[in-house]
Amino acid sequence: MPPLIQRLSSKLLPALPTLAAISGALLMFMLFLAVQGKPALDACRLIFIGAFGSGFAWQNTLQRAAPLMLTALCVALPARAGLVIIGGEGALALGGLAAAVTPLMLPAGFPAMPALILMAIAGMLAGGAWIALAGGLRQYRGVNETIGSLLLSYIGIAIFKHLVEGPLRDPASLNKPSTFPLPADYMIGSLPGLDVHWGLFWGVLACVAAQVLVRQGVFGFAMSVVGGNVRAARLVGLPVERIVLSACMLGGAAAGLAGMMEVAAVHGSANSALLAGYGYSGILVAFAARQNPLAIIVCAMVIGGIESSGSLLQRRLDLPDATTLVLQGLLFVNLLAWESLTGRIGAWRLRLEATVKPGAMHG
Amino acid sequence: MADLHSTFDYGALAVALLAGAIRVGTPFLFVSLGECITEKGGRVNLGLEGVLVCGAMTGYAVSLLSGSPWIGVLGAGVSGLLLGALHGLVCSLKRVNDIAFGIALMLFGTGIAFYLGKPYIQPQAPMLPAIALGKWSADPQIRNALQVNGLFLVGVVLAGLLHWGMRSTRWGLVLRLVGDHAETARALGYRLVPIRVTATAVGGFLAAMGGAYLSLYYPGSWNEGLSSGQGLMAVALVIFARWQPLRCLLAALIFGAAGALGPALQALGVTSGYYLFNAAPYALTLAIMVVTCRPERTLGGAPGELNLTR
Repeated sequence: MPPLIQRLSSKLLPALPTLAAISGALLMFMLFLAVQGKPALDACRLIFIGAFGSGFAWQNTLQRAAPLMLTALCVALPARAGLVIIGGEGALALGGLAAAVTPLMLPAGFPAMPALILMAIAGMLAGGAWIALAGGLRQYRGVNETIGSLLLSYIGIAIFKHLVEGPLRDPASLNKPSTFPLPADYMIGSLPGLDVHWGLFWGVLACVAAQVLVRQGVFGFAMSVVGGNVRAARLVGLPVERIVLSACMLGGAAAGLAGMMEVAAVHGSANSALLAGYGYSGILVAFAARQNPLAIIVCAMVIGGIESSGSLLQRRLDLPDATTLVLQGLLFVNLLAWESLTGRIGAWRLRLEATVKPGAMHG
Repeated sequence: MADLHSTFDYGALAVALLAGAIRVGTPFLFVSLGECITEKGGRVNLGLEGVLVCGAMTGYAVSLLSGSPWIGVLGAGVSGLLLGALHGLVCSLKRVNDIAFGIALMLFGTGIAFYLGKPYIQPQAPMLPAIALGKWSADPQIRNALQVNGLFLVGVVLAGLLHWGMRSTRWGLVLRLVGDHAETARALGYRLVPIRVTATAVGGFLAAMGGAYLSLYYPGSWNEGLSSGQGLMAVALVIFARWQPLRCLLAALIFGAAGALGPALQALGVTSGYYLFNAAPYALTLAIMVVTCRPERTLGGAPGELNLTR
């Protein structure tokens, strides 16, 4: 092998498990459809077309990817500090609710820009507090954070439904209980030149900011120390509790912001349409991205694309809407199973690099 | 609402909660027994939620196709066995985290169940029969409350058998050894992987039976909103039960009563706060975990190899 290819393959090796997982998932998905006599190749083609095949498809995909980026951060940021948080849906619901009721407390005619900022802050505080609660229960009471966060999420959704259909309900919303609608000038518009709302911009920005936080700053380093080895973190005197709580707070704030964006850009009020499962899909996005904030941007687009192709599959091939759910499940299972390659990849990489070095000296 | 206390029928509420403890608690019992076996082997399977939903769908479909609800329960169990074995096998690979894979299995199991279950939402499958234990009473409410399903009795017997089996049989002791101290088990010549895979698969079988109860008895139909997180709460319930099967029975009854609170109050005319009362089991689970868990020490009775209670 020429040294260039060797060096290149040594760089590409870490991507191998992800590639294997994607191909494995696609193969199993096709097998799953083929066994039932369904057109497997057509289905894959339609998923691609439904996700990225046209301007309209892209717009749909990006519209879904925006909240997914933020809910994936709700998993990825605590994961840096060693916590598996899966309660993003509740944080999103409460964040959206907090944002939707903020305008009610503002005087009439309050300018739109500061109102939106206040709404975003309210949403982030609500979401952040909810996930920080899960982190706090873990740190101070030893409650497993995975179960705790999901239970808190269920409770948050119950509170959301109770308030939306009870005390905070707009009496004019008859068929679909909602909070009072936002004033028209408080609604977030589309990005210039695109038919996608500003939530996408904030989602990407949040991921980039998270990347900077995780990779560049002292806090990010402290987070990975806590996530890697709590005992070591305590030995060097890191404030473990505060770091874990901050990571959870930031993650929850991201999910809360997703809720605020959905309210202010899509729904116009808080109602049950907000509970579209973005919090749960965000878990898959974060795991697919290996908790790397920049990779989340790409993975959110892929998962958002798969989800938005569901209706096309339903229309063209008469497949149930759960088809994309099966593909996502297979993807998740494969991603984790192929993870076991990473241990061997380290060894392969060392061997490759060992063969590259003498070659490079001769050259 | 103001004169709630003067007119409220507390007796009826108590009977409804008792009925609910058995009726709503049965799926909790099966899932928690399944999780208990799995965790005794040293693994956590958070995916039992997905297994439960898949079992509910399979049980309903098999019952419809075969005409016998009991064959349906068996079919559900087999589907759970397969999903459990998948969890057990994949988690035996290096670097695969059992909690993360459980989350994946949750998504996978529900996805498969929703996909394959689409044709079974409409037709009516044969249901599991109820056994009337309340014939002695003249009160129709009590009679109704003591309509007990055969699966509940199976679950009670199973809890007792497991309790005895974990203490006094060879396989029970081996399973506990594998879960408590893998090194010792290996030194004694036991192979960890097959034992853990078996434990997870059997756990999946039981959890799926709990799912079949949901679709074939109470609420007694198959739809996509059938499970409300019972599979996940069972994991917390096992912690509360300190990994003892008989305590799982007690815990399942308590959770069943909590789960019946919302519907019971609604039946008695309390309509406000419906969603909040329905969230009672989640709040109860959380409260129990807050009370029983401690950060700086592992719980009494916790299997040593478990990475749930670090």
